[in-house]
Amino acid sequence: MKIRVHITLKNGVLDPQGKAISHALGSLGFDGVNDVRQGKFIELDLAETDEARARDTVDSMCRKLLANTVIEDYRIDLDA
Amino acid sequence: MKSAVIVFPGSNCDRDVKVALAASAGADPLIVWHREAEFPKVDLIVVPGGFSYGDYLRAGAMAAKSPAMVETVARARAGVPVLGICNGFQILCESGLLPGALMRNAGLKFVCRDVWLRVDSVDTCFTNHYRAGQIIRVPIAHHDGNYVADTATLDTLEGNGRIAFRYCDSDGSVTDKANPNGSARNIAGILNESRTVLGMMPHPERLAEAALGGTDGRPLFDALIETLAA
Repeated sequence: MKIRVHITLKNGVLDPQGKAISHALGSLGFDGVNDVRQGKFIELDLAETDEARARDTVDSMCRKLLANTVIEDYRIDLDA
Repeated sequence: MKSAVIVFPGSNCDRDVKVALAASAGADPLIVWHREAEFPKVDLIVVPGGFSYGDYLRAGAMAAKSPAMVETVARARAGVPVLGICNGFQILCESGLLPGALMRNAGLKFVCRDVWLRVDSVDTCFTNHYRAGQIIRVPIAHHDGNYVADTATLDTLEGNGRIAFRYCDSDGSVTDKANPNGSARNIAGILNESRTVLGMMPHPERLAEAALGGTDGRPLFDALIETLAA
């Protein structure tokens, strides 16, 4: 089963890289970019076939390693 | 006083720390490879600087889960002093021994230069050879040294004297201009609740003998050797 994890900085945590991207977009002439937040995308291929169990496992992976919950939020998407 | 230095693939300050510890202690520390879950009893564990695991995922994230760090965390919780420098500080935050996290420098650039630090907490085995408020010069060399934590955590650190070092001007003023990486409240180094774990971004081991251009880092190692030998 393919599982996708999106990791983003928590609201309120400053994102200097996102800010730099926003400035670069502005200098390329892309106006009206209100904000840019940079994150990570991780794709996992699990042997597990049960969706609930897969989600639990990946949730545990996120808390233990994939995300730093001090500064990051994560979202788990299962492939339909 | 027996000490150990943990070495990860990508560590690059392990030998500098070994030399600094040996100069103060008169004996070499034990070198522990990251895969070793068991190593002899020691009085101090040092987690050195570098780019463990190539900073993959997040700086320090992989190293924090290595067998040697799992053992280090267990010993730290039992009271064994642990010093984390630069990548070591990042690893200690990722391991949960210290609160908060170290993010990309606010200026986005790798910063490699000497900075001034104010010693804010001297009642620890790491800093008791400094005077309260002493201004010292120590090098930094990092890309991810921007310390962040929520306001409650910062207030707790500040209220309990757990901020060991702050970035300051040469006259000791803690200003935005003296902050090289955007760290909250100019934090350069923090202690855990029992004051037996210190994480700091600056490198005291790189300025611990006159031949290196300064000795402001030396008292930290002398303090550890003297305090922990007693």
